[in-house]
Amino acid sequence: MSERSAVPAIEAANLSRIFETRRERTVHALRNVDLTVPRGECIGLLGPNGAGKSTLIKILTTLLLPTTGRAMVAGFDVARDPLSVRHRINLVSGGDSSGYGILTVRETLHLFARFYGVSRAAAHQRADALMEITGLGPKADTRLSNLSTGMKQKVNFARGFMSDPEIVFLDEPTLGLDVEASRAIRAFVSGWVRERPERTVLLTTHYMAEADELCDRVAIIDHGRILALDTPRALKRSLPDESSYELHLGGTPPPTEWTHHVPGVRTAFQHTHSATGAVELHLTVTDDHVIGEVLSVLKGMEVRVVHLTKREPTLESVFVHLVGRGLDEDDVVAEA
Amino acid sequence: MSDRYPSDLASVLRMNGAAILARASVRMVAAFRERSWMIGDTVFPVLVMATFVLVYRGLGAPPAYEAFVVLGGAMIAYWNNVLWSMASQFFWEKEQGQLQLYLITPVSRMSILLGMALGGMVMTTTRSVVIIAAGLLLFHIPLPLDRVPAALGLFTLTLASLYGLGMILSSVFFRWGREAWYTATLFQEPIYLLSGFYFPVSALGNVVATVAALVPITLGLDGIRQVLYGELAHGLLPVGWIPPILLVLLALYLFLAHRALTAMEELGKREGRLTIRGG
Repeated sequence: MSERSAVPAIEAANLSRIFETRRERTVHALRNVDLTVPRGECIGLLGPNGAGKSTLIKILTTLLLPTTGRAMVAGFDVARDPLSVRHRINLVSGGDSSGYGILTVRETLHLFARFYGVSRAAAHQRADALMEITGLGPKADTRLSNLSTGMKQKVNFARGFMSDPEIVFLDEPTLGLDVEASRAIRAFVSGWVRERPERTVLLTTHYMAEADELCDRVAIIDHGRILALDTPRALKRSLPDESSYELHLGGTPPPTEWTHHVPGVRTAFQHTHSATGAVELHLTVTDDHVIGEVLSVLKGMEVRVVHLTKREPTLESVFVHLVGRGLDEDDVVAEA
Repeated sequence: MSDRYPSDLASVLRMNGAAILARASVRMVAAFRERSWMIGDTVFPVLVMATFVLVYRGLGAPPAYEAFVVLGGAMIAYWNNVLWSMASQFFWEKEQGQLQLYLITPVSRMSILLGMALGGMVMTTTRSVVIIAAGLLLFHIPLPLDRVPAALGLFTLTLASLYGLGMILSSVFFRWGREAWYTATLFQEPIYLLSGFYFPVSALGNVVATVAALVPITLGLDGIRQVLYGELAHGLLPVGWIPPILLVLLALYLFLAHRALTAMEELGKREGRLTIRGG
């Protein structure tokens, strides 16, 4: 192992960031975060909006200074030696597009490669490979202004890999992409890390399944604090001995407070799909027989149960267990 | 793994040179693909220039005055290029959510700005050439060809210094964004007046003209007119003084631009305003 390989890809110690807003409010975006990511790891940050994920990424990518604490990327201090960090990293923010409408896909990728000193020949080779993998090949000579939003996001994604970074920061990379495009991007990230054992990925996502599929370890972050950090498997194992159920309800949804009165219900959160109006109730119960009591109570309230599924523990269950609510802000949560 | 990153001065310069050309290529490609700008950037300025030439002609002014208008019209394009295609560009990149992509690259911000400026010169120079050609062909302005090389030398020095000033202005946009944009709009027309685009700047009086000389285009234009038309130019300063002053301004502006860009970036990183759109 070389000397540089022994240096962790990311090291954050006691990292905090406070924002003073225009209304003289103080917002603690990050609170005393400690995080060490060895080289070759794909680490996920899971958390709701405002949890501090993007703030952490901005600090690590030299776009923001921490208020206190220290962050090292590839062995270099992000505040004192940002240039050395910038040579070695790249950033993809999902939902954003990069480049100029007048340029073609190929020209855009070449443009950003040149900012990293990548030779023309290498840029050409990498652009071809990335366009093929991301399905942009047939659009190589199409102007960005003529691409769909999803395609533009793919260009932005490919751009992030043109410099062949040692560490890549993916901030919600599949946000707004269709299922097929998301799958292609996940497959690419997975393959990229596998083929380059020294490369590191830090991924933030709303999608639990994405983190579960891609990440060696997952950090659950809320209100600027890392609440848990482990492998997805270990996190799921850490859940107390309980069962999870998902119920699809018909009719007017009842307030979740009723679950307080059902012995054995540990947590309950309810989510109404804004598009369809369908109501989902997620329950964790101490024992399977508790679900019978739940159904009786619902029947008593004249709420129809359209569908009931017992769910294996997921990162979502871990998240709900640790944070006390779902990832979506609108989720109504009740601790039983 | 670190071997692939530039560490010596030569490779750093090579990387920044490639970045300058890459960023310039965006504007060059745009200029050739979307040619609609040619009408707005050539026909209309020629009409403005024609108006002033006809005014001078109507007043019976010496032909050299018509030449002042043509030269001023050609130079206005570069001031606009500095103001809108260079100084304010970081603000637009921020609005489009792209500024962060530039800021995380290892190249100098000055290289990116220089690339923007060089790329913009394709359009700007086209406009200037059309204005001068129109002046020569339509209004038969006098142009002593033997003095053109010296005038071009002074022109190059003026541009270098002017773009140095543009880099300082870009740091203001970097920090204040929309507020700076409003300020730049306020400055645009007054600079047309203060720089003497359409008349000898000495007509403003020594005090105002000296202050105006901080904008290199004022001094440069004054010098170019003196080189081409001698005493008829009613120069502000002896022509021999102008190149060294422009050189000093160039060095000063580049130094200040580097310091200002670094300081504004640090401030933005501290306040968290580098990547917030509309901030």
